[in-house]
Amino acid sequence: MTTTALEARIWQRFTPAQRIARFAVYLAMVTAVVMSIQSVEVIPEFLLDAPEQMADLLKRMWPVAFSYYPKGVHEALVETLHIATLGTILAVVMAFPIGIMAAYNITPSRPLNFVARLLLVASRSVNSLVWALLFVAVFGPGALAGTLAIAFRSIGFVGKLVGEAIEEANKGTIEALQATGAPWFSVLTKGYWPQIQPAFWSVVLFRWDINVRESAVLGLVGAGGIGMALDTAMNLFQWDRVAMVLVAIFAVVIIAEIAVTAIRKKII
Amino acid sequence: MNANAAAVRVAFPSNWWARAGWLLLVVYIVYACSLLDFTWARFMIGLDNGARFIGRMFPPNFARWETLLKGLTESIEIAVLASTLGILVSLPIGLLAARNLMPVWVTWPCRLLIALCRSFHPVIVAIVFVKALGFGALSGIAALTVASIGFIGKLFAEAIEEISLKQVEAVRATGAPFMNVITYGVLPQVFGRFIGFATYQLDSNLRNSTMVGIVGAGGIGGALFAAFQRFDYDFVCAMLLSIIFLIFAGELLATRVRAVFLERGKVDEE
Repeated sequence: MTTTALEARIWQRFTPAQRIARFAVYLAMVTAVVMSIQSVEVIPEFLLDAPEQMADLLKRMWPVAFSYYPKGVHEALVETLHIATLGTILAVVMAFPIGIMAAYNITPSRPLNFVARLLLVASRSVNSLVWALLFVAVFGPGALAGTLAIAFRSIGFVGKLVGEAIEEANKGTIEALQATGAPWFSVLTKGYWPQIQPAFWSVVLFRWDINVRESAVLGLVGAGGIGMALDTAMNLFQWDRVAMVLVAIFAVVIIAEIAVTAIRKKII
Repeated sequence: MNANAAAVRVAFPSNWWARAGWLLLVVYIVYACSLLDFTWARFMIGLDNGARFIGRMFPPNFARWETLLKGLTESIEIAVLASTLGILVSLPIGLLAARNLMPVWVTWPCRLLIALCRSFHPVIVAIVFVKALGFGALSGIAALTVASIGFIGKLFAEAIEEISLKQVEAVRATGAPFMNVITYGVLPQVFGRFIGFATYQLDSNLRNSTMVGIVGAGGIGGALFAAFQRFDYDFVCAMLLSIIFLIFAGELLATRVRAVFLERGKVDEE
């Protein structure tokens, strides 16, 4: 009797609730896609025209205007790198206190933690281009706006990860230092800092890599860097120069990524 | 002698390399600031401007909510379609780029394609597509699809490279054809992480779809940029608030979807 009951059992991987939830997600996805396809505005003439236009674009881009590099691109490229680097440094300086404030083991105060988290989320949810637009309106066009945009966008990222690294720090060292009567600042520099150092450097390098990419577009809204060269060349329909700028961005991004990977391997 | 040495020992010896590093950093900051022409006077003028600017942003003006809603809907549509297309295309590319399953002559071109897709910011890709496909949502979809291929393709390939080959071998030992090895040996192992990447990318596409409009590729970005140039700062504020709300909602939704598919779903990255 019992054996047949056991044999009759049907093994299922998911509970009915799980299955319904999954089905609901799939259904929602399909609905969203269908609705989007139906209502998105696509002009069929443009779509039919696309291969021709693409061929035309590539033809205009070739040959790449390498001779334009020394007079129009080099300086802007260096400016982009400075914007990315200075922006990252500024972000770290501002993110550290907020990160410390967000970590409950250093700042045992729920309201302060909450305020810090809110600041970090606010920084992350505004795109760097929007930050750039805001700072261009405030400080006028130029590299200052770009640097601040990069910095404010990065605070959320760096602060969040620094805060998490601090929360994961081992308590043993900290308690040992506190037992010797070390003041708060010494506990921070001799207790927490050595523990979060590897995570910290990896976060900073990672963010710098992202910032090099992002700072390349900021010029489109007037915030300095190579994006401005790109914008000028595009507005004048000088597609061979556009190609030059794109090649320069591609090269810098690849070099930055290789450098970051190499440094990371060395220090971690 | 021994006692003497112990007395001299310092608990935290000075690290001269680190100090030199800090000095170098300060020198760099001063040099770069002078190169980019940052001055205190400019900063102070800016603060003045900033106060006036914020004064004009509030209260936010929702009077033209129809334009706002139209832009937001278009942004959402761009994000949904670009994510779908991107995921569909990046699956085979990611699979072909995994070095533990494919020969070198297959992985190489795929990895190059992924690197190319990843290295340009979506807005720059959008510029090229605006020229090729004309103004409108289509260029935005194409640009964000490229970005999705770069991101999901790379992470998917890495996830496949980390799988356990035992299960693959077991399936192979039963004489299963190649497609079955993939479906039963490889995909179940990476499904969880794949959901993580996909929801993250949907979230990221949603953020970027509000921006590609700056170069004319559809979505709310176009209206935002236009309002900035017309100094309609109260409308700008309304749009920014709705974009932030949309992104929050998107993040919440992504977390929910992850929770449905994973027991303890979490993707490690911003």
